[in-house]
Amino acid sequence: MEVPILKQGDYLIASIQSALSDSDLVQLRDALVEKVGRFRSRGVIVDVTVLDVMDSFSTRILRDLAHMIRLRGARTVIVGVQPEVAFTMVQLGLRLEGIATALDLEEGLAYLDETGEKES
Amino acid sequence: MRSDKHDGSVAAKGTGLARNVPTSVSRETSVPIESDLDIVTARQVGRALAERVGFEAGELTLIATAISELARNIVLYAKRGEVVVKVLENGTRRGIEVVSSDEGPGIPNVTHAMQDGYSTSGGLGLGLPGVKRLMDEFEISSVVGHGTVVKVAKWRA
Repeated sequence: MEVPILKQGDYLIASIQSALSDSDLVQLRDALVEKVGRFRSRGVIVDVTVLDVMDSFSTRILRDLAHMIRLRGARTVIVGVQPEVAFTMVQLGLRLEGIATALDLEEGLAYLDETGEKES
Repeated sequence: MRSDKHDGSVAAKGTGLARNVPTSVSRETSVPIESDLDIVTARQVGRALAERVGFEAGELTLIATAISELARNIVLYAKRGEVVVKVLENGTRRGIEVVSSDEGPGIPNVTHAMQDGYSTSGGLGLGLPGVKRLMDEFEISSVVGHGTVVKVAKWRA
């Protein structure tokens, strides 16, 4: 199922609505990398609040996504990693090193605003 | 917080996910694994069964994630196989067992595959050792040319 991507000012917000298959995630990554150029976005927020599982594959795709967006000149924040999911990821040895994360959408937007000001 | 009702609703919207999701989960359920969509189905079926056994939210996530990793190994290495989830009872203790089996190429060096950092498909190399850490019991048997069976279990605390 496709993840809706909303454009809000300089940012793109991808709000995951349900469990995603591997191909859904790959599709989301590709769509965001493309849309960042089309909308000349400065930042991307990926909201993973509803994900009850983040395994090695989804973690890798999110990390790739953030690095690809970075290469396109924008920043990415992953928001909403649930406590149980964080616990499981650590147990599995999965990391989002070098990727910005925030508690929720609000904090994610605040982070993008802050880092955007610093850069400009 | 998240609800657990994604089971049915996700399947209904998905592209063919529905075919494998039983309306009521019995004490033992088999999920055929042939594509990445089946990985989602397997972890949802396992999660639903574990919930009935009485596992807490944190444990449900551990179990669902372990199933996800096992089912993905099937898709990546063997193309097809199955994941069977089952309720375990031992006196007053209850738990859940997950068996993933395939008739794929098998793992040439199981000891090697159980080391963190080892992978043959360019993955993170954390699959099997990670799954072992998430669960209480872990058994693997693999015969080159015949396939792999991984049996894991988790007991309620």
